[in-house]
Amino acid sequence: MLETDVLVIGGGPAGLCAAIEASSVGASVVVVDSDLRLGGQLIKQTHKFFGSAKEYAGTRGFVIADVLLEELGKNEGRVKTFTNTTAIGYYPKEDVVACVRGEEEYFKVRARAIVVATGAQEKLIPFPNNHLPGVYGAGAVQTFMNVYGVVPGRRALMVGAGNIGLIVSYQLLQAGVDVAGIVEFMPRVGGYWVHAAKVRRLGVPIYLRHTIKEAHGKEVLEGVTVMRLDGEGRPTGDEFYVECDVLCLAVGLSPTLDILWQAGCEMKYVPQLGGFVPIRNDQMRTSNPKFWVAGDAAGIEEASSAMLEGRVAGLSAASYLGYRPADFEVRMKEYWGRLWALRAGEPGVKVMEGLRHVFSCPAPISL
Amino acid sequence: MKGWIEDHPILEFKHPRRVKFYFDGVEMEGYEGEPIAMALHANGVRVYRRTPKYDHPRGFFCAIGKCSSCFMVVDGVPNVRTCITPLREGMRVETQRGRGNLRA
Repeated sequence: MLETDVLVIGGGPAGLCAAIEASSVGASVVVVDSDLRLGGQLIKQTHKFFGSAKEYAGTRGFVIADVLLEELGKNEGRVKTFTNTTAIGYYPKEDVVACVRGEEEYFKVRARAIVVATGAQEKLIPFPNNHLPGVYGAGAVQTFMNVYGVVPGRRALMVGAGNIGLIVSYQLLQAGVDVAGIVEFMPRVGGYWVHAAKVRRLGVPIYLRHTIKEAHGKEVLEGVTVMRLDGEGRPTGDEFYVECDVLCLAVGLSPTLDILWQAGCEMKYVPQLGGFVPIRNDQMRTSNPKFWVAGDAAGIEEASSAMLEGRVAGLSAASYLGYRPADFEVRMKEYWGRLWALRAGEPGVKVMEGLRHVFSCPAPISL
Repeated sequence: MKGWIEDHPILEFKHPRRVKFYFDGVEMEGYEGEPIAMALHANGVRVYRRTPKYDHPRGFFCAIGKCSSCFMVVDGVPNVRTCITPLREGMRVETQRGRGNLRA
């Protein structure tokens, strides 16, 4: 059995920042991550971030992951990290988290506080033959291309014109893959115009009010029938065939919360945040006093806010265990200030709407 | 090597050592420590398992060890999440048919 002050489940932007904060004030920290490398989705991002310098604006995502790992490395003596390690269950009676490294090596972790930063998983849309090899999640395609340098295919069709769909389309082009188009159910582009403009300039068509009717192929994907929808979202009868060997789904994410369900945390269904999310207080602490949450697990947003939520959760968890620094209040105030600044613009409207429903105490600022 | 990106405007890929492994008995090459699923895909393999009831082909889907689509039999162990299991020299990777049998 491994014992630690703080267990951080998930080593993406939120988890790494939680670990940095908790270890920097003196807590011992264990980080487990199911992937082979730490950094979560950051290591797949080739684009430069927006915002202010404090939120790493102008820096490419994969570089930010290195910056965070370096920061965590400063507290090396207090931090243990495990990759290829999945937290598979919380056992309240024994008060342990069971983990498995690889496929067969099991071990237990007992922690005084647990930060759940498990991120999210991709949603799927139903259509005939969506099981064919070649129908891939957008995040998966990023992993192929940007982490391991594998060519995902020859010709791709993207579903979803949100930020992920737009960015991954651009990344497909960077990797030398032909992008046949972007299909979007909604009558408008959901992502930032700057990302949409980049792919449009390269000649990629965006089909608004269209969706996938059916995928074709015997053993693997060979093509897709796309259908046009009317103003109500019903099929118009117009359809066309797109030859492709990759169909990339970027149709939204849902928070990964298995451990928090097991811990009995109070949840609420908030569509603006991607589905069920845990109720939390102004320190990202859930209704189970042992558990904190941060990042996409707390509601689908993006990496910059995940990093700040991670800092809030990590600092709070460590402080609760007795490692409260003299400038605790100042730091909390600063992190929340930066979070609200990130969410202040037009892209933050949906998230802010969702956040009205998830705080168990007065929210850190008026929503 | 074929199947891997050679020129990228932003990224530079530093692959680990190249090793041999076997897919359904056929010798292939991949990079040690990188996920099995990546090496297979780069070698042109798209079908990783067949479903128990309808014998449908399944391949890669989520790449983060959550969706079960890429389960294969690796060195005799069924239901291995090949998207997050590192490739080792000499590994025997097999198409999984149905649910797979657990070792005694």
